[in-house]
Amino acid sequence: MAADVHKKKGWEVPNGSLAPGDGQHAERAESPTPGLAQGTEPGAGQEGAMFVHTRSYEDLTSPEDGGVAARSPEERQGEPAEPTSMEQISKDFSELSTQLTGMALDLEEEMRQNKEGKLEPSPQAARRDSVLSGKEEEDVTMDAWRMHRKHVFVLSEAGKPVYSRYGSEEALSSTMGVMMALVSFLEAEKNAIRSIHADGYKVVFVRRSPLVLVAVARTRQSEQEIAHELLYIYYQILSLLTWTQLNHIFQQKQNYDLRRLLAGSERITDNLLDLMAHDPSFLMGAVRCLPLASSVRDAVSTSLQQAKAKSLVFSILLSGNQLVSLVRKKDQFLHPIDLHLLFNLISSSSSFREGEAWTPICLPKFNSSGFFHAHISYLEQEMDLCLLLVSTDREDFFTVSDCKRRFQERLRRRGVYHALQEALRTPFYSVAQVGIPDLRHFIYKSKSSGLFTSPEIEAPYVREEEKERLLGLYQYLHSRAHNSSRPLKNIYFTGPRENLLAWVTSAFELYICYSPLGTKAGAISAVNKLMKWIRKEEDRLFILTPQTY
Amino acid sequence: MAGTSLDRTHPTYIYKVVLLGSTSVGKSSLAYRYVKNDFKESLPTMGCAFLTQTLCLEAATVRLEIWDTAGQEKYHSVCHLYYRGAHAALLVYDITSKETLSRAKLWLQELEKEFLHDEIVIALVGNKTDLMAEREVTTEEGEEFAKSKNLLYMETSAKSNYHVSEVFTAVAQELVAREGEKAAVQRPAPTDLQEPRGSGPRCCQL
Ligand SMILES: Nc1nc2c(ncn2[C@@H]2O[C@H](COP(=O)(O)OP(=O)(O)OP(=O)(O)O)[C@@H](O)[C@H]2O)c(=O)[nH]1
Ligand SMILES: [Mg+2]
Repeated sequence: MAADVHKKKGWEVPNGSLAPGDGQHAERAESPTPGLAQGTEPGAGQEGAMFVHTRSYEDLTSPEDGGVAARSPEERQGEPAEPTSMEQISKDFSELSTQLTGMALDLEEEMRQNKEGKLEPSPQAARRDSVLSGKEEEDVTMDAWRMHRKHVFVLSEAGKPVYSRYGSEEALSSTMGVMMALVSFLEAEKNAIRSIHADGYKVVFVRRSPLVLVAVARTRQSEQEIAHELLYIYYQILSLLTWTQLNHIFQQKQNYDLRRLLAGSERITDNLLDLMAHDPSFLMGAVRCLPLASSVRDAVSTSLQQAKAKSLVFSILLSGNQLVSLVRKKDQFLHPIDLHLLFNLISSSSSFREGEAWTPICLPKFNSSGFFHAHISYLEQEMDLCLLLVSTDREDFFTVSDCKRRFQERLRRRGVYHALQEALRTPFYSVAQVGIPDLRHFIYKSKSSGLFTSPEIEAPYVREEEKERLLGLYQYLHSRAHNSSRPLKNIYFTGPRENLLAWVTSAFELYICYSPLGTKAGAISAVNKLMKWIRKEEDRLFILTPQTY
Repeated sequence: MAGTSLDRTHPTYIYKVVLLGSTSVGKSSLAYRYVKNDFKESLPTMGCAFLTQTLCLEAATVRLEIWDTAGQEKYHSVCHLYYRGAHAALLVYDITSKETLSRAKLWLQELEKEFLHDEIVIALVGNKTDLMAEREVTTEEGEEFAKSKNLLYMETSAKSNYHVSEVFTAVAQELVAREGEKAAVQRPAPTDLQEPRGSGPRCCQL
């Protein structure tokens, strides 16, 4: 291992270039719809968008991105494999699901013991029993259920484990073997998405040569949505290695153990999976802004814009997973996926809190073949404001570091530090501000700006499971609205605990959740009221005047 | 002329110091202890982190620009970026892991290819002395290797704050001493802190 220090230079990847990798600067569709034409909806930028225009998650899984088979279930079953191998697959799969169950319980036990402060794993034998006793049982089963709601595995095409969400890859090697048997049935296509359904699980495969990503899920998500999450994992790996380096490695050595290179980054992938289960940004393929008075935001943006340098492509100010401001080089657009990856990178590492970080980073949707260098730092010790300066020149640390200093100086001179601090005290707003009694929560996305807004999730969605359940309902509506064979524009969903309504037009997407006692008519009038409220608040909730250097 | 003029009695120097070594040997913890005098659980560094610390020595004021690099393997391809132009390097290993000492030796070979012997001050640092019970590398072993390669040597603990500022001070002193030796040959060029970056002979640009 140590001997490789020198050889590594061969993998060196050139500085990130501005040439987009895969024709992402597509023209925007100009389809006027009843109601609002795209570009005039609340939240639409006044001077164009900051982001590459995306069509929500189809963008990830559409054929142009590598080819998805959106097939009907019949086709899927009939086509890829002979009947005998299908039988084999089901058999393998039953074995696999038992293994998964056992594993998740073990892991759950370990976690519980850790919480109690016993760090050494206790003897294996004792565990299973405690799972089955008394009141605890319920908790455990509940947690265990959550634990194995979605397993995620990444392996190389040669079958070497790369990543596993739960448990060590070592212990999983037999599982991986089964995976490979399963994977072999999509051998034919290099970039395919396939799925099988069995025992209440969905198994979704995404093959992005040289990697294969597999999810075993018991969530209500559609296979497209699960595939979408797997692609995020794929892009996350690219963001650390670049597509070029990844391919180079496997061309040199087909059975390379990628865990060596990814060692220490597992937590970034773990964090991404957790984030996707909680944060609607990923589902919406859009970015949420920190609510901020437009005068303050403009002052911040102008300060960022003035603190520019030749090599800078993007200057991004973040708070938590919300965008405060983004300034970009003229004609260069960031893809929301790349921004989500940056959000995840920052939220999964506390090390950026100290000093100034200068790290190679690939923005795979922007250009998957090269590294940018990102200057990452927090503005103040106790303030949740992280500044990201993305540069094309890895030699430019001091220039970029100086941009940060100039930015801070300008902020201070414009006297907006205090206002920012105030805004950070309430990073989320309450749905009560809208003034619709039955309204519990909503997500509104402006398609032309790629931005969305959503209030804090409040009672009755207090516990984590409840929050995830709400997001699950949105996921469900979203998948119905974007079903590639039969997309729906309006969906009205009544459930025992809440009612939901989805409205998707070419300009915006709106999902609202309201009390189960509310009527459909009530929901429709709520939508009207809500749209007016969003329009009234749009300059606080969105970035209407994005800047460029 | 040797640097004896009165207005030059207390010059200020800026030096680039790079921390190199395997992942989780404690490079970031050492830097954090030195700069913030604190210890906390840290996560692996990505790319590198940049910190500064100024110390006043008898002979000069020294500002250390510390580049705390990432030890993870995936960053090795960019590491040379971070040590290029360094005035000093701390090769850090973990005394509870022999393997990390071997890696430190490899870093030394890297540096020997990049720098002439008198171009860079190198210190070998065995960290985590608080974990005495798990020690795999003896003090003698580290010391002997350091001696054979003419490196400074020190054992430290970022956690219990043992010899951390000492190791940085020793490096700074060695750097200043070398200025003196150079001055015997040619006039030194003390760097003014106010001076804009990138000018003159100082090598703090990557
Ligand atoms: N006991 C003990 N633990 C230490 C000491 N220094 C660091 N550690 C621990 O070792 C682990 C790794 O420390 P880091 O400082 O992050 O290691 P690093 O060398 O910066 O690692 P990379 O950034 O990945 O290259 C952390 O859990 C630290 O708490 C020490 O002196 N004693
Ligand atoms: Mg570190």
